[in-house]
Order: sequence, then C-alpha cells, then structure tokens
Amino acid sequence: MIRVVIPAHLRTLARVNGEVQLEVAGPVTQRSVLDALEARFPVLQGTIRDHMTLKRRPFVRFFACEEDLSHEAIDAPLPEAVVYGKEPYLIIGALAGG
Amino acid sequence: MSKLRLLVGTRKWAFVLTSDGKRQKWDITGPHFAGWEIYHMKGSPADPDRIYASQCSGWFGQMIQRSNDGGKTWEAVGNKFVYEGTPGTHQWYDGTQHPWEFKRVWHLEPSLKDPDVVYAGVEDAAMFRTDDGGQNWQELAGLRAAKGNLWQPGAGGMGLHTILLDPSNPNRIYIAISAAGAFRTDDAGKTWRPINSGLKSQYQLPDPDAEVGHCVHRIALHPSRPGVLFMQKHWDVMRTDNAGDSWNEVSGNLPTDFGFPIDVHAHEPETIYVVPIKSDSEHYPLDGKLRVYRSRTGGNEWEPLTKGLPQQDCYVNVLRDAMAVDSMDSCGIYFGTTGGQVYGSSDSGDTWTAIVRDLPAVLSVEVQTLK
Repeated sequence: MIRVVIPAHLRTLARVNGEVQLEVAGPVTQRSVLDALEARFPVLQGTIRDHMTLKRRPFVRFFACEEDLSHEAIDAPLPEAVVYGKEPYLIIGALAGG
Repeated sequence: MSKLRLLVGTRKWAFVLTSDGKRQKWDITGPHFAGWEIYHMKGSPADPDRIYASQCSGWFGQMIQRSNDGGKTWEAVGNKFVYEGTPGTHQWYDGTQHPWEFKRVWHLEPSLKDPDVVYAGVEDAAMFRTDDGGQNWQELAGLRAAKGNLWQPGAGGMGLHTILLDPSNPNRIYIAISAAGAFRTDDAGKTWRPINSGLKSQYQLPDPDAEVGHCVHRIALHPSRPGVLFMQKHWDVMRTDNAGDSWNEVSGNLPTDFGFPIDVHAHEPETIYVVPIKSDSEHYPLDGKLRVYRSRTGGNEWEPLTKGLPQQDCYVNVLRDAMAVDSMDSCGIYFGTTGGQVYGSSDSGDTWTAIVRDLPAVLSVEVQTLK
C-alpha cells in the first residue's frame, strides 16, 4: 500500500482527512502513483498535473525520503521505503516566499 | 417579501450574504473555499439556487464549484478547459507570437433560460460553454478567429471578463476582453466580430482607432434595451445605440474617466453608474474620496454620490466585476473594494452603508433578487 500525503486544499477537494493509501498496480513510479490518485479522486485531475500534458504544475513539488523528486524522471521507480509503505510520497504546494 | 442574496468573491475565499427586502441587516456565511481566489460567482436566472463559482489557485489551478441550494453546499464540477484544435498563438509582449495558454476563469455567465448552460470567460482570452451544469466545457473557438492573433495581454492579463446575453435574441452575445476590445456574435457563438468602432486609445495603441487592441474594462446593458451598451474603457466612458456598431464618448463632466466597473439601474435604462479612479498607474479614487458617479441621462452629465462613502484617506480600488444592481422597486446598488469593504445602497445610490468590512480584496460582487 502506497501512502500519499496531499496538501490541505486538495484534501478538502477530495474530502479526505490525513494520508491517502493507494493500491498501485505494476511498477511504483511517480506516474503510476499520480494516475492511481487521480483515478480514485477524479476531482484532483488538473490540480497536480496539467490536464493535457500531464506535466507537474509549476508550484507543486513531489518529495519522498527527504528528497525532492520533482525533477526526477516520472517513470523512475520510487524508493523502496515508499513502495513498502514505510515512508509517504508527499505532494506539496511549493513555498510561496514572502 | 423579496429576499436578497449577495455573492462576494475575494482574493482568499467567497462569502454569501443574505437580507430581507429592507436591506438593512445582512447575514454572512462563509468563508467558502478558504484560501482560494474566487474570481466570480453567479446564480442562474432560471434557477436562482443554482450558483456557479470560479475558484483558482496559483498552486493548484482552476476549479469550478456548483451549488444547488443557494450557496449552502458546493460540489466541484469540471475544470478541464482545453482550447479547440491547435490553440495557435497571439501577440506577446516582445512582439513575437505566443501560444494560447489557459490560466483561469474570470467570469461565469449562466444562461437566462437553462440552469445547466453556462458561459465562461477565461484567460488567455477565450469563451467556453457547458451544457451539462459545468461537467464538460467546450470552447466557442470562433471568437479567437476574430483577429485573435493580434490580441496582446496587458499588465493585468488577457482575460475575457464580461459576457452579456441579449434577452431578446438568444443568438446575440456581447463579450469584452482586456487589451483586445469588445466583440459580438449574432449566431450563438459560431462567428464573432470586433465592435470597437469609435473607441480611441491614444497613447495606448499605435493606431488609436485600431479594430482590436482597445482595453475595455467593462460593458453593461439594460435588459429592456439590449442594443444600447455602456462601456468603461481603460480611459473613457462610452455608449453605443446600435449594438456596438459605433461608440460615442459620454465621459462628460467626470473628474477622471478611468475606472473599472459600469452598471445600469434596474428600472431606469438611462441611469448608469461608474467609480472614477485616478489613473491607469494610480488605482485609487481621486483625492482619496470614494465617489460613485451617476448619470441619469445615459452619460455626459454626471453627479457624485458620496453620502455614506469615505471622503478622505480612501485609497482602495473597485474592480470590474465588483458592482451589481438588484431589481427591487427601489433599486439597490452594491460594490466591493480591494480594501475588503462591500458597500450597498437601497435608494439608487443616494445613500450608502458598508454591509461588511475587512474581507480580503473583493474581486466580484453579484446580487440575486429572490421571490
């Protein structure tokens, strides 16, 4: 089971509290996790990735295991700690500055 | 007795205010959609409890929310705004052509007859329509064929901000776009043409009489005379009596003719309202005095309305979608400011009170008169 943490605004849209747990079929990659997340919560389509290009929105970041994966290959395997549910995959609203 | 419902969109969330027909005491609910920009909310004339809201965020993009119970509860509907075919390009700041990119929905205009039909004005400027209550959106791509390659964003973005549906002719729609101008369709959105003849934009355009490129801030009409339009342009208040075929300036004795909103009295088609702002680089009321100006002659002759409005040290702005009129016998006027106040008048603008203060910057105000 993959653990995913999504930002508060997206939890409100998806009407969930806390972490989301997802079954991901096949290789666990950023793409497969995001596909599974959007399939379970269609309301999140377009909020994390562009509808058409499926590129990450500019001010969304992906973290796991204290690493920023935002610029990693979308089809690269995620760390084992994420695959086995020891660590969550974090979807973050980027620091706004101020 | 009639009831009033005010829909207030702000930089950080939305509020719904209700009052009885006396309009003296208002109950406020919200914030709705906390933390999101609410560019616009509007109710369906055919089903006033059906309300649509444009919710957007720099992080998470565009959402459309729909309420079926007058704003008590909301559900997210479709947020997929995809330009028809190959999007093409428009003029960019550096003179090059730039691909059309969806950024946000500025304005939602529900059909006069069908609560499931809504038009959306978006940035980069284009118009979309839903026929299923917001689940799916299709572009009316003929609009961008009206010299869209020559449109160029201004500093505020290239947003389609005004949609006026002609109540006497379902095939006729007027729209306005920042830094592009006003446009009209007479075939329900298939084809469009610029309606900017008579606008003059000296110092803003190399050709002051250009067919497109004028920075139209707002247009308004009275439902009984849909061929008569009033316009607050970047500078100049304008009027057309022939559905936009030609415009004449009616700024008259206004102290400054820069501003954003313009609206028409519910029962007097020649009574119009503007909020003069000092200039395009100084977005606050002249001399720090917040004054609505009213013309009872369809323009040219204007009177300041000040009673109840701050007359010193006021440096707010009033944005284009932040003024509305109700249809009570004694017409009510409402407007919101970037300082977070919503002012209302229940006597056609003679006197004003602050209905609410200290909201985030107000982006839009709509009012519903409910039976």
